[in-house]
Amino acid sequence: MTLELSLNQQPAHARQGSSIGQPLTRRDGFLKVTGAARYAADNHPPGMLYAVLAVSSIARGRVASLDVEAAKAHKGVVEVMTPQNRPALAADPDAKDHPFMFRLDLLQNDQVRYPNQSIAVVIAETLEAATEGAALLSPRYEVLPARVGLDGAESFVPRGVGVGGPAVQHKGDVEAGLKSAKTRIEATYETPAQYHNAMEPHAIVVAWDGDTLSIDTPSQGLAMAQGRIAGLFGIAPENVHIRSPFLGGGFGSKGMISGPQILGILAARLVGRPVKLVLRREQMYGPVGHRAPTRQTLRMGMDGEGRLTALDHHAKTTSSTFDDFFEPAADASHTLYASPAIATSHDAVRLDTGTPLFMRAPGEATGSIALESAIDEAAYACGMDPLEFRLRNYAEVEPMTGKPFSSKALRECYRQAAETFGWASRPLQPRLMRDADGFLTGWGMGTATFPAIMFQAEARAVLKADGSGVMETGAQDMGQGAWTAFAQIAADGLGLDIDQVDFRAGSSDLPNAGIAGGSGHTATAGMAIHNAGAAVIARLADLATGDEASPLYGAGNEGVLARGGRLYRRDDESRGESYAEILTRAGLTEIEGHGKGAPDPASQENYAKHAHGAVFAEVKVDPDFGQIRVTRLVGAFAAGRVINPRLVRSQYYGGMIWGVSFALHEEAITDRRSGRIQNANLAEYHVPVNADVPSVEALLVHEDDPHVNALGIKGVGEIGITGTAGAVANAVWHATGVRPRRFPIRIEDLLG
Amino acid sequence: MRDFSYLRANSLDAARQAAALPGAMLLAGGTTLIDLAKCGVAEPDSLVDITHLTGLNSIDVNERGATIGALARMGHVADHADIKSRFPAISEALWQAASAQIRNMATIGGNLMQRTRCPYFRDPMNFPACNKREPGSGCSAMGGVTRGHAVLGTSDACIAMYPGDLAVALVAFDAIVHLGERQIPVDDFFLLPGTTPDKEHAIEPGEMITAIEIPGTAAARRSTYLKIRDRQSYEFAAASAAVGIEFEADGRTIRDLRVALGGVATKPWRARAVEDALKGKGLEPDAVRAASLLAIQGAVDHGANHYKIELAPRVVARAILRLGETA
Ligand SMILES: Cc1cc2nc3c(=O)[nH]c(=O)nc-3n(C[C@H](O)[C@H](O)[C@H](O)COP(=O)(O)OP(=O)(O)OC[C@H]3O[C@@H](n4cnc5c(N)ncnc54)[C@H](O)[C@@H]3O)c2cc1C
Ligand code: SF4
Repeated sequence: MTLELSLNQQPAHARQGSSIGQPLTRRDGFLKVTGAARYAADNHPPGMLYAVLAVSSIARGRVASLDVEAAKAHKGVVEVMTPQNRPALAADPDAKDHPFMFRLDLLQNDQVRYPNQSIAVVIAETLEAATEGAALLSPRYEVLPARVGLDGAESFVPRGVGVGGPAVQHKGDVEAGLKSAKTRIEATYETPAQYHNAMEPHAIVVAWDGDTLSIDTPSQGLAMAQGRIAGLFGIAPENVHIRSPFLGGGFGSKGMISGPQILGILAARLVGRPVKLVLRREQMYGPVGHRAPTRQTLRMGMDGEGRLTALDHHAKTTSSTFDDFFEPAADASHTLYASPAIATSHDAVRLDTGTPLFMRAPGEATGSIALESAIDEAAYACGMDPLEFRLRNYAEVEPMTGKPFSSKALRECYRQAAETFGWASRPLQPRLMRDADGFLTGWGMGTATFPAIMFQAEARAVLKADGSGVMETGAQDMGQGAWTAFAQIAADGLGLDIDQVDFRAGSSDLPNAGIAGGSGHTATAGMAIHNAGAAVIARLADLATGDEASPLYGAGNEGVLARGGRLYRRDDESRGESYAEILTRAGLTEIEGHGKGAPDPASQENYAKHAHGAVFAEVKVDPDFGQIRVTRLVGAFAAGRVINPRLVRSQYYGGMIWGVSFALHEEAITDRRSGRIQNANLAEYHVPVNADVPSVEALLVHEDDPHVNALGIKGVGEIGITGTAGAVANAVWHATGVRPRRFPIRIEDLLG
Repeated sequence: MRDFSYLRANSLDAARQAAALPGAMLLAGGTTLIDLAKCGVAEPDSLVDITHLTGLNSIDVNERGATIGALARMGHVADHADIKSRFPAISEALWQAASAQIRNMATIGGNLMQRTRCPYFRDPMNFPACNKREPGSGCSAMGGVTRGHAVLGTSDACIAMYPGDLAVALVAFDAIVHLGERQIPVDDFFLLPGTTPDKEHAIEPGEMITAIEIPGTAAARRSTYLKIRDRQSYEFAAASAAVGIEFEADGRTIRDLRVALGGVATKPWRARAVEDALKGKGLEPDAVRAASLLAIQGAVDHGANHYKIELAPRVVARAILRLGETA
């Protein structure tokens, strides 16, 4: 299947010892830069038709009529799928069996609950005909007023936030802590709705063969997608074959299979031919998730030494009217700063939008920008340097739970990043630094943190009589380089050179690799790979140590080492033999082993597990124009074992740039009358361009973590956005004396 | 997308004839037109591809001025050595526009003809009311999202901003648009919305921009284009200014001053009041700042775009003072 992967074996690198820790370049890099990588929408099975969504103009109401005849009369249009003729499903798209199951809009009725909701699908011989057919449907609506904005409906306290954590938590007495404080601050910050905007739109190419489905679609969670599709269509999961060899980014929006992707499958069923459905950019603003806006209020009290006496973090957010996902922004205050009293709480309103979803550190990023801004304000109120203030409130145990950290090298992160940045010469007062061109210059910092999460994953390892190995797991590479890191773990797990390992991934036919999300993919699937390798090596060792003809005879499992395609006696490395010799003598063409990756319940119970980091930012602000430029970012991160420093650094760079994006660029702007987003395109929904990111440095701080998992891996995908967004905001304050209260920070906020 | 026919014109006359037919549109780099066709604003019956016409992409610069063919690419003009030395504002306006990829595709003629970024204009499916698209249908922008809309030259019918950069510099330096034989000052080429916002240019069916001519002046030689925006690149102007200065022999007294604004008006906006206020004077910073306020005389905001009224005069003042520094 994944021929592409085997094509690009890394040439043997000049390296010593293991693959883990080597800065290998991405295995998919060559294919991507040469255009050879085949993304989902590049597929074109024989007889394929094009499906195009018709989506709602309105935010709320019902579709009163669709001119299906006009669409069908257009040359090339084959069929129009509406609630009237949509094939039956085996499950209700509005059912929700567990928090990870999201309600989908699959033409179950004529109701409209958000703008850009699918209201019909036009299937045609060409993309152009389907597009025109969709336009010809000329829907008429019965319109109800749109509920828009953080004050657009009555608020309530959700039952759970994020993946079901309590909406309200506390320890100690916050009000008493505030009362006893010598210094107090209270501050409110607003963050906007943001959309994932992966470069590759959601796309699906699907063919039915009886009750078997062949699907090409980008997915961050193949097994979950397979299960969801099987459930909706009432077929066995093994009948659903999904290939997802390359993703053009996901950021959470491809974690769950979305409504439009399922509509592609329904369209193929309706017409009895293969179908391709690709979302247009503007259609990604609705049915595939987003980050909900927040309004956060923080209250802090400090004693005479600048120690927190109380920390209160409240976040208001939004969800859709028909499903639950609540950005757990206030939870950011659970883990970072020591305080005898901490309270976090959320409330929410239900709006006529698509359902929000996990996006680039959901809750962590949103909460971090508010928390780090407030910490900066608190430090200033105490007359303290922001780094000194953070060190004064350094959490030796997890503040909310009192659990010890499995490892925490944050002090070292602060030290290294501050030194590299040159923080020591920063004046305490704002608006004191100017550069030669007269730009106001500011320095700000933020603490980064992200939980070390693990899901469940499986892998299968094979050793062959020719001495080579195979490692299989349905892992997803979103562009972060997962397959390179996994191949490195596989090589070490199998005791082989990486060039001798055929690493296979990206298909639902392979063992379930869990989800590429929560920054937990490397730890989870990596552990499955590691354990599968260990299992097959153990079998091999059994064969050798039980075979009188082997130099390893009698060494026992514990007494054997695997390296470079050979087993050695641990007590005498001069005695060993190759895998090929062992298998050939045993008359076996191959042996296999299976492994799982999952969190360890005991360490889960006993330890708080987080990656940490410190980010320092320099900004320059034009004093007349309020134009902000980030000129320097330095981050130092400690996130357990580094599998591949090149890839890890790239993840930090990417995360930090997303932090700049959060602070200065990203915002979905809603027309309050219609509820429609008015910048649903990449010309006007801004992310940083190269020119916005002049200098980024990411330092890798060594950290051994014996508790997170046997490999010591935490996670690096999302931590970079946390800390950075706040650091930029704080630098803007330091440059200008104006405290940013809403994000992104715009010219007009600083015009004065 | 509606079906349309495609014609590759092989002579100027053939192009003009084909383009005169109802439903026909000229296709140059396509970076505006294809976008507008995708969002349903442009619904051509036929596209007349002019990119294969010869002789329309030259860039000629001499003592009298510059003549730039309508098919010259933005990127080429921006990088042209003589344009850079004799018309810095033109080069700067171009390289700060769009992205490198777009500048490699887009032509000078197409650039002048780009349409507004008003999100309501660009979304006919969801916002039928737009006087620019459908005269008399109303304006969806008023009362909606207006951060990018104009504060100068607006009318009750339309407040859409002219987004281009190059034309701002052209207006400052009295460029002439060549429509074949017919020639028209660029300031007259762009029309105010008034009651007919659908009519944006003084160009008739069957006419085509063939070249732009920019008189060579001392002010053009000492000129700059200052563009302010949230993002460092690939963004339209929040406010911009094209400025050129010529000093008297004393090197201090302003003999000629050119000021035009972008990002704030319904058409490229010449600010003659600022010019007149400063001509014959020296570059005294406070006087420059005070005079620059004349740039936004008569400005009207629509809520979120109010900041442009604050910003624009500051951009003008900075551009003028910066040119003075290089004296
Ligand atoms: C994302 C994005 C960002 C951009 N940012 C900027 C920016 O910051 N600043 C800026 O100035 N511009 C910007 N642009 C606009 C860009 O400069 C224009 O799209 C481009 O200049 C158009 O040139 P073209 O040759 O591609 O025109 P086309 O798309 O081919 O044509 C545009 C229009 O002009 C007509 N036309 C073309 N040639 C002629 C002619 N010779 N005579 C008469 N009519 C003609 C066409 O019929 C059509 O109506 C941006 C565009 C995009 C898509
Ligand atoms: S501002 Fe002009 S272009 Fe925009 S909606 Fe109103 S009339 Fe149309």
